[in-house]
This record gives sequence, structure tokens and C-alpha cells, in this order.
Amino acid sequence: MNRQALFCALGLAAAVIYPLLVPNYLVNVGMMVFFAAFIGQSWNIAGGFAGQTSFGHVVFFGTGAYTSTILQVTYGWNPWLAWPAAMLAGGIVGWVIAFLSFRAGLRGSYFALITLAFAEVFRILANSVPVTRGGLGMLIKADPRPINFQFKDPIWIYYIALALCVISLLIAWRLTRNRFGARLVAIRENEDAARALGIDVFAEKVKVLTLSGAMCAAGGTFYAQKYLYIDPNIAFGVDKSVEMLLVSMVGGAGTIFGPLIGSVTLTVINEVTRAAASVVPALKNVQPLSLVVYGIMLVLIVARLPDGLMGLFRRKPRHA
Amino acid sequence: MLDPQIIFAGVLNGLLAGGIYVLVAVGLTLIYGVLHIINFAHGSLLMLAMYAVFWLWRLVGVDPYVALPLVTAGAFVFGFVLYRLVIGRFSHGRDENILLITLGLSIVIDNAALLFFGGDTQTIDVPYAGSFVELGAAFLPLPKLISFGASLLICVVLGLYMAKSDTGKAIRAVAKERQGARLVGIDVDNIFAISYGIGIACLGAAACLLMPTYYVTPTSGHAFVLVAFTIVVLGGMGSFIGAAVGGFIIGITEALGGLLLGEQLGQIGISLIFILILLLKPTGLFGSKA
Amino acid sequence: MKKQNNNSVSRRDFVAGTTALAGSLAFPAILGAQPAAVKVGMIHPVTGFVAYNGQQSRLGGTMAVEDVNKAGGIKSMGGAKLEALLGDSQSKVEVGVAEVEKMNEQGVAAYIGCFQSPVGIAASQAASKYNTPFLIDVGASDLIVNRGLKNVFRLKPGFGVCVDDGIATLGAINKAAGGVAKSAVIVHESGEFGTGTAKLLQDKLPSIGIEAKELIAHDNPTRNFDNIALRIRSLAPDIVMMSNYGNEYMLLARTLYQQKVNVAGFYSILGGGFNYKFVKEMPDVSQYMMDVNHWFNPKSEKAQALKKRVEATGALFTFEVYLTYTNVMLLADSLERAGSAEKAKLTDALASSTFKAELMPYGPTKFVNGQNQGGKPGVMQSLKGDIEVIAPAEFASAKAVFPKPKL
Repeated sequence: MNRQALFCALGLAAAVIYPLLVPNYLVNVGMMVFFAAFIGQSWNIAGGFAGQTSFGHVVFFGTGAYTSTILQVTYGWNPWLAWPAAMLAGGIVGWVIAFLSFRAGLRGSYFALITLAFAEVFRILANSVPVTRGGLGMLIKADPRPINFQFKDPIWIYYIALALCVISLLIAWRLTRNRFGARLVAIRENEDAARALGIDVFAEKVKVLTLSGAMCAAGGTFYAQKYLYIDPNIAFGVDKSVEMLLVSMVGGAGTIFGPLIGSVTLTVINEVTRAAASVVPALKNVQPLSLVVYGIMLVLIVARLPDGLMGLFRRKPRHA
Repeated sequence: MLDPQIIFAGVLNGLLAGGIYVLVAVGLTLIYGVLHIINFAHGSLLMLAMYAVFWLWRLVGVDPYVALPLVTAGAFVFGFVLYRLVIGRFSHGRDENILLITLGLSIVIDNAALLFFGGDTQTIDVPYAGSFVELGAAFLPLPKLISFGASLLICVVLGLYMAKSDTGKAIRAVAKERQGARLVGIDVDNIFAISYGIGIACLGAAACLLMPTYYVTPTSGHAFVLVAFTIVVLGGMGSFIGAAVGGFIIGITEALGGLLLGEQLGQIGISLIFILILLLKPTGLFGSKA
Repeated sequence: MKKQNNNSVSRRDFVAGTTALAGSLAFPAILGAQPAAVKVGMIHPVTGFVAYNGQQSRLGGTMAVEDVNKAGGIKSMGGAKLEALLGDSQSKVEVGVAEVEKMNEQGVAAYIGCFQSPVGIAASQAASKYNTPFLIDVGASDLIVNRGLKNVFRLKPGFGVCVDDGIATLGAINKAAGGVAKSAVIVHESGEFGTGTAKLLQDKLPSIGIEAKELIAHDNPTRNFDNIALRIRSLAPDIVMMSNYGNEYMLLARTLYQQKVNVAGFYSILGGGFNYKFVKEMPDVSQYMMDVNHWFNPKSEKAQALKKRVEATGALFTFEVYLTYTNVMLLADSLERAGSAEKAKLTDALASSTFKAELMPYGPTKFVNGQNQGGKPGVMQSLKGDIEVIAPAEFASAKAVFPKPKL
């Protein structure tokens, strides 16, 4: 128990000191790692802990990104105030999707696919309605002052990403200790048995999707403030859904640190393979090779570690 | 726009487009029904089959329709071997893992194709591509009529195979009740591999029918898989007839939606149908259990 | 240790700088050695959906770097050679930005990129933190240049200019044919480039006596165009105008041809698929189609020579190639005039540049708010299995054929 706490403290200290020691681009990479871990955790809470796998989690991300951006750009809201509004919007969307889907009794692959469909509907709508400026996308005016949720020095965005990641870890940790989390795990393991035990399965699933949606939407706002431009493909494209799913499952779905470990691993592999490919001179386009390697590594990790990377850290069960 | 002639033509167009969708969906639903996995590599494998058709045409001069038996057989073997060597072996029987493995595979296949074939768009030109049949306001291109007919034929053949042959019965047994099938002595792993192979063989056929009117790039398979998902759900996951019927329904919906709402918003029609089916009748039109 | 404000010299730069200075003072012989290479960061999507376009851009860029170096490098900097740092944006905003950061660490003097507007917007924004010049080689969105960023330079004309020139030429062609064209249908991709272009066209077509009957948006990718063809046929426009990417352009053209949709002409603005491959592989489909696009100057010997060189490697001479190539040349010219790769000097040199791009039908560069005012699209037509330039007049290689004969 104490050893775990010590590791966490050391890890946190290292993460805090890291940006002071490394060049900007590595600070940026660090930020990407924590951001991916954060939104991955939002997926993990619903998909890993509660067993409700979704393929369309980006729908919450995009909702958050567009909510805060529209409020900021069109209605002049301060982005710090728009942020909670975005989380609220994400939570509402999560609630609606969960309510509709679970009312209809959807489970497993069906639920996963309906989330995919919702994301696609949102994407097409975002491309068609005037309030999002459609395919033109929305630009946030660059004015790097903290009050605008924009920062000149990348170290602050890094710390915000780190904070978000830590908050998400705490949320996940709470879930391993409180009743809500226990109920979610029961639902994951055997929904019918859980119901027989008196758990209001429907209500719990709706709750967790709402929470997950709000978290993911927070990530959407963060992303918009960092890159200052969103369009329907960036906000609702399937890539982000895959990324969230991937980091959690590779790291270990249903574990606290799974998304973080998955994010670190996949980012490292991506950076290394991309850098290696850049070293090889131009005209022979070997860049795709880096992605081939990335895909192979993914397959191998899954093959060797069916429980995700966290499986490496599981204590071996003691035999009686 | 509401001119009945146009609507009629749109319906016909939709039926013809549905022909291809059905083949892609049938493969997907078979794989899902038997292996209970969503095959993320479906789009990439379709792309590979399309390249095979292209290279056969470009290097050997084989007409895509003539190549159909060859490509379909080749695709079956490829799928079978892929399952045996990679998917089946690495998944440790866990559904989530198979998902990730097929995802990883799709990344590998897409980028290997990019590496070896380059990113250019490739098309084939067959002399009869310009022929068409006129029916009222509809101009039905010959290749699309052929693909419609061939697709129906293949579905019938496949349906008969599943119903009458021993392997077909074994496949259906495994799909219905995996453990029971194992208990009566069916080699379940082999059936998995065969089912995967058949699913990919359907892609091989679809590729031959698609190439005369479409194109191939390393990413061109994915567009068809997205709509195939919708069809599979609409028809009922694992339901063969459902995929066939669903394919045509979606084709027509797409056409009418495009005509009435504008092509872009028309695509929403597909996703909305998808959502409505899932909410109102999740087992789909012909599916069994949710 | 607090991080310095990025506008001032960071501690690392300071230490590196003084060491170099001390070194050069202590060892004057080193001054006579080969000057440091000027690093140019090139960020393109060489994997993913638009890998082909990204690879073409990279091809043009690397060829240009080779040529500059072969000709002796940057003479005002002692013959310093250019060194290309190649980055893959993977079609993602965050990866493009990560490459910007990485290349900044490696000390690039300037960036060239990114084919896709969203990536270009975000990447150039990231580069502005470091005041590093960012040359946008391809990227149609006007949002790119309207942000008030001093480090962004776009050599190619935006779609506003392409639309204006396109409309003017279409008006002239229509007039010469006796005003046969009175109506048009605009088919466009649903992203920012297609939507923006289509809206502009809709507004401006009436000025040349043509009504835009309908705007038809489609997704990328689109599986089939049969229904759009049906709709077009029922609307019976005189002209079909397209603004979309390569595959959809080609598929739509082929569908309309196969379905015998008769129009007086096809006139695309930035039609992504109008290139030599299309014209050579589908001569019947492409015959008489017209396109307003970024094109090289057919009368330029250098352009024709480069075309041969590119085709000899088995690649096509597409607009990405010569646009990125020309951007490298612009950069080299500005480095030459600045005499240094120092960011402020280079930015000033770019901002004040009057570079005459030998390959392109442009006037000398003149950057206003980062947009080159001297850029011009060409208007081309596919005739007899080849591509001829039909406008502007001083670069034209053939006369337009309009209306086109019925199918």
C-alpha cells in the first residue's frame, strides 16, 4: 500500500520537474501523453470499469470542443467559463445517448456501434449547420494570455494536461474504492447477476456515461484552446475514438493507470518510429514503414499481454 | 426533385449500389455471427483485394469479371491463413483483443499498401464501362447491373452452401452455440478460420465488381465498411438474409436521402436509420438475440 | 529555474551562442570552414488519406533543395547549403504541431507545409511562438492568412483570387460563345475548401449572367455519384462546376460521362483531379473539361525541364510538386537577400520580397498580410489527350473550346 503511494509521489514529482529539464518539443510530447491519458481515462471509466465499450467516444470530445469554441468566438464568453459549460454539454450528451441506448437494452457490440453512429451524425451535423461554420471550421483568435486560456510558454499547457490526468487518475482511484465503482464492476462482470443483486443497472450505466461524457468534453475544450482551430473532422473524426480506446486497452482496461501507461507506450512508439523514418532520406518515401512498425508492435503487445500492459504489474496470485 | 421519374431512377440506382454493399456486409455479418468479433480489418482487406484485381488487369490483362473466381478463391485462402497465423493465435480467445488485433492489422495493411503500391489512385478501364441501359429517367451503367446480378447470385450460392453443406451446417452450429458445437466434435477453431476466410472471399468478389466503376488507393476500402456496419446492424448481426436485405434497403435510402436532402445530409439518413434500428429493434430485421 | 519569455533568448540559446562566439574567437581558422547548413522544416501528410499529395509536395521540396545546393547554396551566406528536415503530419493537427516543435529544437530557419489547411493553420500558429517564418505551400482556406500572424506567408493565391479569375475567364469564354451558358450547378466537397469556394461562386456567378441553380455538397470519400448525376440531369444546367479533391473529381467526371449527362461545359475551380494522369488515363471523360487551378507556366523552359525530370522518376508533375518547389526557391531568394537565416531578418526579407517565380505564371511576389498578391491561377482545358493553358492570355498555349460537343 505504502509502496504504491511512494511510486505515485515519485512519478508525480518526476512529471512536475520534467518540463524544466527538457526542450520545448519534449514538453509538447509530454503534454500529448497526459492529454491522451486523460481522455483515454474518460473512455476507461465507461469502457473499462463499467464494461460499456464505445467506439464513438469522440462525440463527447467534439461536443466539448464546439461548445466552448462557439461560446467563446460567437458569444464572447471567457474560455475559462466556457469550459464548465462544455463539460455540462458533454455530460448531457452522455446522458442522452446512455438513456436512449440503455432504455432500448443495448449491450456490448450494439452499444459500441450506436455510439459510432451518434458520432457520425454529429460530424455530419457539424458540417452542415451555420452555428459551427460548417466545413470552414472555427478559429480562435490567438491572444496568448492566461485569461484567454492561452499560454505563451508551453510549460503551462503541460501542467494543465498533467493536472487533468492526475484528476482523472484520482477519479479512477475513487472508483476502485467506493460503492459506485463496485457497482460498475459488478455490471461489467455480469449484468444480469448485478441486477439480481438489486443494483439499478440502468441508472448506474447512465451515470457513468454522463461522467465519462463530461470528462471527455473537458478534453475537447483543452484541445481547442491549445490548437486554436477545430473543424468537424477534427472534432468528430473517428481517429480520436480509436485513440481513446487504444490507449486504455493497450495499457489495461479497467485499471487506474492503464490509460496512462498505454498513452506513454503508444506515444513513445509513434515518436520513435516517426523519427527513425525521418532520418532516411527523402525521395524513397519510407514514412509508411514507421506506421507498419507501429501496427506490428500493437499486434504484438496485444498478443503477448492480453490484459494490457498493466498485466505486467499484476501480482501473481498466491496458491493455497 | 419530387418528380416520380427521378425517384424511380433513384431507387434503381440505390438497388444497384446496394449490390456491392451486400457483399461487403455479408462477409462482415458472417464473421461477426460466428466469431463474435467486429472485423476492423475489413476495409483494409477489401482494399487489398481491389489492388489484386487492379494488378491482374494491369500486368496480366485479366478482365475483372473473369478474375472473379480467382480473386475470390485467393481472398478465401488469404483470410483463412490470416486467421490461423495471426488473429486466432494472438487473441487468446478474448473478444476485445481480437478487436485490437484487427485494428493493428488494418494499420499494418494500409501502410504496407502505401509503401509498396504508392499513394496514387488507380483505376481500370474496361471497354463496356460506358454501356448502359436506359429505363425511364434512369441510366443504369452496365457494370453496376452486372455487380447487382452477380451479388445476388453469390448470395444465393452462399446461402445454399450454408444451408445444405456439412461445413455450412457446422458454421451455423458454431454461430448458434459455440460450446455445444465443440461438444459434438466440431473443430471450432477450423470453423472460425473457414468463416473468416469466407468473409474475406466475399470481399474478393466485391472487389472484382467494384473496380470497373470505382478506384483503389490505400485507403479506399474504408468507405464501404462504414456503411457495411450499418447494414449488418440493420439486418441483424449474424443474419445472412438480414445483410442481403439490409444492403438493398440502405442503398435505396442513400439514394433517396441524397435526392431529397442533398447528398451530404442524405448520409445522415444512413446513420439515423442505424440509430433508430438499434433503439427500436436492436436485433435488426432478421436477427435473433440482442 | 523559471522558463524565459519566448521572445527573449532562452538560457540554452544564450549558452550555445556564447560558446560558439568564444569558439570562433579562439579558433579563427574555423571561420574559413564550410558555413552551417540552413535547416528547412518540411511538414507534409505522407501517410494517411492524402498521402499521395503529401508525398508529391515532399518530392517538389526535396528536388528544389537539391537544385539550390547544386547551384552553390546561399551565396550571401558563404555558400551555405539548405538542409531539408522531413516531417510527417499524418494528416493530424497535433502531429503537425509536434513536428513543428521538434524541428524548432533542431534549429530550423523556416517551415514549409502542410497541404491540409487545418494542419497548416495550427502548425503556423505554433511556429509563430518562435517567430519562425512558415511558408504555406498548399492550403486553400483564407483563415490561414487572416489571423494577423507576421510569420505566415502564402505564395499561392487563395481561393478568392482563383474564383475571381475563374469567373472572369468563364465570362469571357461564355461571351465568345454567344452567351450559351445561363445556369450552373456547383458540386463541392463538404470541407472548408469546397464549401468556401462554392459560396463565393454562388455570389459571383450572376455577375457574368449565370445563375447557380444548386449547390451540391458531398463527403470525402463518396462511394458513388449516381444520384448526384441524376440530380444534375434533372436540373439540366449549362455548366457543371466542381470544387473537390482528386478521387471525387475523377469519379464524378466519369459518372457524368458514363451516364451521358450533357452540358455545355465543365468548369472546375481547384478541381483536385485535373492532372496528367486523369487526362491520359481517361481521355474521353476528360476531353474538353476546364479547370482553374495552380499551374506552372507552360512557356517557361525551367518548368518544362523540371516536368521532364519529375516524369523521369516515374512521378506525375502535379501542382503540389511545383508549388512546394517554388516555395523553396522563394525561401532561398529571401535568404540570399537577408544574408542570414536570423528569423527577424528572414521574415523581413520575405515580407518585402519581389521574387519572380520562374516556374509559375505569377507576377513578382508582394505579400500583404501574408498573402502573395502576385499569384494567379491558370485556366486549363483538356484537349486531345493533353492539358493546354487557355488563360491568362500571356501564358496561354491554346484557345478554349466551348461549348463542348454533345455526347
